[in-house]
Amino acid sequence: MSSENVLENFSGELPLVVRDVTVAYQRKPVLWNVSLEIPTGKLVGLVGPNGAGKSTLLKAIVDMVPRISGEIRVFGKAFRRNRKRIAYVPQRESVDWDFPATVLDVVLMGTYGELGWFARVGAKQRMAAMDALRRMEIEHLAARQISQLSGGQQQRTFLARALVQTADLYLMDEPFAAVDASTEKAIVTLMRELQRLEKTIVVVHHDLHTVPEYFDYLVLLNMRLVAAGPTKQVFTQKNLQKTYGGKLTLLEEIGEAMRLREGGV
Amino acid sequence: MFLGLEYNTRVVLLGTTFLGCACGLLGVYLLLRRRALLGDAISHATLPGVALAFLWTAAQDAEKSLSVILMGAAVSGTLGGLTVLALRHAGKIREDAALGIVLSVFFGAGVALVKIGQHVGGQASGLDRFIYGRAAAMTSESVWLNGAAALFIVLVVLSLGKELKLLCFDQQLARSQGWPVVLLDLLLMVLVVAVTVVGLQAVGLLMIIALQVTPAASSRFWTHKLSLMLIISAMIGAISCAGGTLLSAEVDKLPSGATIVLLACGAFAISFVFGTERGVWWQFARQRRLRHQQDQQHLLRVACEYLECRSELPEAIENRSSSPVPLGDLAKQRDWSLAYLRRLCKRLQSSGVVVLGADRTIQLTPRGLTLARQVVRYHRLLEHYMVTSAEALAGQADREADYLEHGLLPEHLAELEGLLDAQSLLPPSPHPLKLTPPLSEESLPDKI
Repeated sequence: MSSENVLENFSGELPLVVRDVTVAYQRKPVLWNVSLEIPTGKLVGLVGPNGAGKSTLLKAIVDMVPRISGEIRVFGKAFRRNRKRIAYVPQRESVDWDFPATVLDVVLMGTYGELGWFARVGAKQRMAAMDALRRMEIEHLAARQISQLSGGQQQRTFLARALVQTADLYLMDEPFAAVDASTEKAIVTLMRELQRLEKTIVVVHHDLHTVPEYFDYLVLLNMRLVAAGPTKQVFTQKNLQKTYGGKLTLLEEIGEAMRLREGGV
Repeated sequence: MFLGLEYNTRVVLLGTTFLGCACGLLGVYLLLRRRALLGDAISHATLPGVALAFLWTAAQDAEKSLSVILMGAAVSGTLGGLTVLALRHAGKIREDAALGIVLSVFFGAGVALVKIGQHVGGQASGLDRFIYGRAAAMTSESVWLNGAAALFIVLVVLSLGKELKLLCFDQQLARSQGWPVVLLDLLLMVLVVAVTVVGLQAVGLLMIIALQVTPAASSRFWTHKLSLMLIISAMIGAISCAGGTLLSAEVDKLPSGATIVLLACGAFAISFVFGTERGVWWQFARQRRLRHQQDQQHLLRVACEYLECRSELPEAIENRSSSPVPLGDLAKQRDWSLAYLRRLCKRLQSSGVVVLGADRTIQLTPRGLTLARQVVRYHRLLEHYMVTSAEALAGQADREADYLEHGLLPEHLAELEGLLDAQSLLPPSPHPLKLTPPLSEESLPDKI
């Protein structure tokens, strides 16, 4: 029996299983040996200081950064065999909002994966997109140019785009960054609604104050996994101190020395 | 006019028009993917291939040598593009540096080869037409071939519209959906090579990049829609190509490449100034109109406050017409020149808000009175809000409200009214009004 099969049997149909994952950007370690499991239907906060590797972990899950070692399974399979069940929401700043497109255009991009090569967007996709816009309460903006949106409206557009992907696991990179209060409330409402539908949502989050209110499951990360589990058990003073009380400076320095020795830039 | 052309010219015209379409369409995606300079490097990198093939086939017949030359251009252009990608991925070098190196090294090698050719064969001067483009020198067979290739490129770009749009807007989403981003980028590069090779004879390798970038950049000034951008860019490309071809056919020794590119640049200049979405002229006009609108509102407010200070407002409302307000007093309030003020008043008069009286006065019509009171009300609601909620000083609030009042939307008004519990139609000003009756009395004499 290959190790892959063992892992599959072991993880069953869990939305997300991460085993011993290490990621480095040009020898500079960003994630060290991270292992965690996310149960179905949880609203998961991914929390840690700047440079803790939160975004990198999400990108590693969707195969966007190469990992040095380790395994990741989504619903028991490798990501590339299970793409349709995952919706990834990149950071809002990662795209050019001056791009010539309307809000509806952007939301429709969520359907492209399902459509495949050469197929055109049809009435069905358009209806799904309008429905997603309605759920994000921005249907009146459908025809608006994306360059005319506020930060909160941009984020709602991105989330509507993720909604039309009808996934079972949502990975959101800082959806709350620099949005207005009403958008934040709308996002929380959306996440709760998704949770009721047995979806699993993993959210990179920065604001510690809102953690116990928003999330029922928590992953604390600082290059290494500090703790993962139900928020009630994990969100403790001691764990937070471990997460935020200084990074793994020695490891980082050694990594930096390695990088320089091997002639990186 | 069309029928008056020779058969060959007509065929060339058709071919270059398709080429312009292809360049225009491809250019939009190249620009949105921020790869315009890659196109530049690729087109320059075709030169060594062209020169080598030229040397190689110098002894053979023209038709055969042409296909070898085009092949050489394709190979060496692809090589240049791949070198850029390889340098960027493997070596630790920035993209702009990689582009610069490839462009200059390949082009330099090409120039050296051309010179060698001149020494050896003495007939390398025929190479000029691939560097600068000379559509008239094309044979009708090669024109048909090039036209077909250009049409094919148009079809490829159109059928991949969705994929290319996604690639250009959000490659992270594209990757997470499983699209082969690297492959799509390579395809874009191959299309650039293809269009360069196709355009080699008509436009030449030096200027083909301008034909890709210029129409696309121009189209952005006219629209915010990608579909329209593609149409406009393709049209600009096609028209410049057709125009350039015709001109160079009519005028002796006029190289078609340069003419085409100059026409495209003309289209860019027009777009830059008159483009309806981003053109500078429209932007200027829009700003001017906005300023006039704001000044009209200011004018109404000042007039209303003038009447209020002299306690003539209730009477004016009752009589459905105000007493005459001297323009001189209004101009002083806002540092307007009398001429500008009169222009504002004329506009207001044409929309039935004021009536210009004799001896430099205006009277507010019933509609003007309603509007004026509304403007004053918005201003004061904002002032009150700033004083009570943002702890601004009354004078500060006046200036800030002066600026912000023009951005008020109905929902803001509802919120302001709710917050301030403002029931009265015209809330009192939080600061003393500057325009007190003695002051205006004083200013009366100078307008006699």
